[in-house]
Formats: sequence, C-alpha cells, structure tokens
Amino acid sequence: MDLAWLPKYLPLLVEGFWRTLLLVFWAGLLGFLLAIPIALAQTGRGGILAMLSRGFTTTIRGTPLLVQVYLIYYGLGDLFAQTPEIRQSFLWPYLRDGFWYAVAAFTISVAAYEGEILRGGFLAVPRGELEAARACGMSRFLILRRIWLPRAIQITLPALSGEAILLLKSTPLAATITVIDLMGAANIIRAQTFRVYEPLILVAAIYIAIAAAIAVVFRLLENRVPSPR
Amino acid sequence: MLDLLALHPPGWGGALLKGAVVTLEIAVLAYAAGIVLGLLGAGAKLGGSRALFWLAETYTTLIRAVPELLLIILLFYAGSSGIAALLSALGFGDVRISGFAAAVGVLGVVQGAYQTEVIRGAIVAIPRGQIEAARAYGMPSLLRLRRIVVPMMLPIALPGLANLWLILLKDTALVSVVGFSELLYVGKQAAGSTKEYFLFYMAVGAIYLVMTLGSNVVFRLAERRLRRSVPAV
Repeated sequence: MDLAWLPKYLPLLVEGFWRTLLLVFWAGLLGFLLAIPIALAQTGRGGILAMLSRGFTTTIRGTPLLVQVYLIYYGLGDLFAQTPEIRQSFLWPYLRDGFWYAVAAFTISVAAYEGEILRGGFLAVPRGELEAARACGMSRFLILRRIWLPRAIQITLPALSGEAILLLKSTPLAATITVIDLMGAANIIRAQTFRVYEPLILVAAIYIAIAAAIAVVFRLLENRVPSPR
Repeated sequence: MLDLLALHPPGWGGALLKGAVVTLEIAVLAYAAGIVLGLLGAGAKLGGSRALFWLAETYTTLIRAVPELLLIILLFYAGSSGIAALLSALGFGDVRISGFAAAVGVLGVVQGAYQTEVIRGAIVAIPRGQIEAARAYGMPSLLRLRRIVVPMMLPIALPGLANLWLILLKDTALVSVVGFSELLYVGKQAAGSTKEYFLFYMAVGAIYLVMTLGSNVVFRLAERRLRRSVPAV
C-alpha cells in the first residue's frame, strides 16, 4: 500500500466527494418528486396515465442504468449539439456538462424504482384515514399533502433508505460520461500515477462511509416519525 | 436509418445479436457461480463455525456496500493479475486470464454475496423439524441438502433469486466499461462509428428489455412449478 500520491491528489478527491454527494442529492430529490405522480397514477382505476406510468416503470427497470446514461448523454447530447437554438441559448453551458446528464439519467431511474415503492406505500395507507380526511372536508390535494403522502412515506421509509444507498452505489456510472465524481477522481489518479489498487480501495472505503452515513440519517428520520407501535 | 440495424454488414443487427448472446452467456455462468458461492456463503453463515461465519459476513458486507462498477474494475484488474500470478507461482507457466473468464468471475463474486443473503434467509425459513427429521433418518448432510434443504428452500428463495437474476443481467452491461465486448460494448462501437447514438442505444435498451421481460415469464413458470407442493396461504 503506497499512499505517497495522496497529498497531491487530495483536492481532487475532495472535489469528487462533493460531486458524488451533489449527484445523490439532486437525483434523489428530483427522482423522489417525480416518483410521486408516477405512483399516484397507478393507484387509481387504470386509464391512460396508469398505463403510461406502468410502461415507464417496466422499461426503466428492465434496462441497464448504463444504457440509460449513454442514451441520455450521447443521444440527447448529440441532438442538442446539432440544434443551433440550443447551442446559443443560456442553457448550453449546463447542457455541455456531463453532470446534468448524469443527474437526469439517475433521476429517471430513481423515479421508476421509488415510484414502485411509493405505489405500495400509497396502497398501504389505511382507507379509514383517507375517509376521515374527506369527512373533515379536505380537498383531494390537501388530503394528499397532509395525510396520504406523509403516511405513505412513513410506511416506505426503510425501503426508501435502501433506494438511497442503491442510488449512491450507481453514481460511479457518471464517471463513464466524464463527470469527475469520486470514481472519476480515482480514474484520474490511476491514469496519472499508474497505481491501480490504492486509489480504488481508498475510494471504495469512502463510498462505504457515505453509505453508512445515509443509513444513519434515515434511521434518525425513522425515529423522528411518530409511529403507533 | 433503420437499415443500420440489418442483420448483415454494413448493418449492425447481427453484431448486436451476437453481443446479446455473449451477455446471456456471461449472465448464466455468473449466475451459476453466484449460486455456488451463495450456497457456500449461506452454509458458512449457518454452519456454526465462528471463523467461517465472520469470513462470510465480511464477504457479503464488503461486496454489498461497494458500488458495482468500482468492484468490477477493482476485481477485473486485481482478480485477473492475481490469479495469473498465482497460477504461474504454482508452476502452470504464464497463464492469461481471458476477458470472458474475468467477466464471469467478477460478476459471479458480486452475485454470490447477494445470493448468500437470499439463500440464508430461505434456509432459515425452513421449519427446523424437517431438517431434524431428515437427520433422524440418518441422511448424510449432502443427501439432506439435495433431498430436503434445497427443495424446501427454493420456493421461498425464488422471488429473491429472480430479482437477483434481473440485477445480474443488467449488471453485465458494466463489464463493457473495462473493454469487454458484450451487448452494450457492441452498441457503443456501432453508435460511435455511425454517429447514430439515439438509434443504437435505443436498440440496445430494447434487446435488454426483451431479455428481462422474457426472464420474468420463465421465472413465473418456474415459481408455479416449484410452488405446486407448497400449500396456498
């Protein structure tokens, strides 16, 4: 184990660390927000929205994330680069950066997996609670905001915690589309120092630490939520 | 544009299908390796030996906590050079590990950690009396494993095993990153050389989707068959 390269590359690793956290944060947040309508659409009695949501979920869960990442980065990126209106718009600096493509790909993936979890959560909320809310005269949106969604989240919190860790473990795919996250930093160090194992093992340890931290945060959340048991 | 997907060159369809076959081969072999490792791991965790328990516990915890892509890159380099060094130290001469063997090995090791947990959970769920009865009949442990433990465990473990197969099938795409030629790698080459990124990544995605949906059907049939002896709850 030779760590002589560490001081020189520490800033790079720190940068990669923050970028990994930002990937998890953005994809986790946006994906969760997108998962809510996807789950809601499938709780009803069917219809076109339910079919679309189910098709979306099946497709995303049935294909490798890496293919989705490539499809969005190379496919969409190529399309954007060919459209002059987009090239000249203020959005271009963002659309040139692999980071937001990675966020988009992970967001879609999170939405599909968490949508499936939330669907179960929505269905698991006791009907009586929703009926009580309706009897109090709450509007449908107010019921969703005050009762249905908070209860569904409470029920699915352990599963959502697992999803958050799975998201963290899939962020290294961003390194394949030029994003310098922890994995990307390790790749650069590997290429420049010709050391294969040390950077990878170090980064693996950091991922384990982040996963442990995520688990702790969710445990705290679970404890904060009052539960009838 | 669609004639780029034709089966014969200059179309890429044939190459993509060949890649899909390689993907399936890797997945099936890695799955088999994973089941063997899973059985060993579950045996180690339940066998009662403290040393073996901690060995298996370390294996499953570490593998499941580290991102798959990182593991695959790490094991791909470390594993193939390590085994090559071991084999030459044992006097087999200069052995080169093929990319195929490395891909199967790496995915199998990753898969084994998850299989261990699924199989362990299923074995724990077998009523103890069944195993005690087999022991009382004087069945040796291998026979017990074959006649009682595996048939009783499989229906319980099957949903978990089906899930792991789907994860594995999708994880095979990761070995394209270390330059091994399977479905996604071929798709990448096709997309790069024709500049039709959208078309080829869509086609690759569609092939994976067909494989996962097909697997779902197979597992549903298998579950029905295996559950025929299990009373409905």
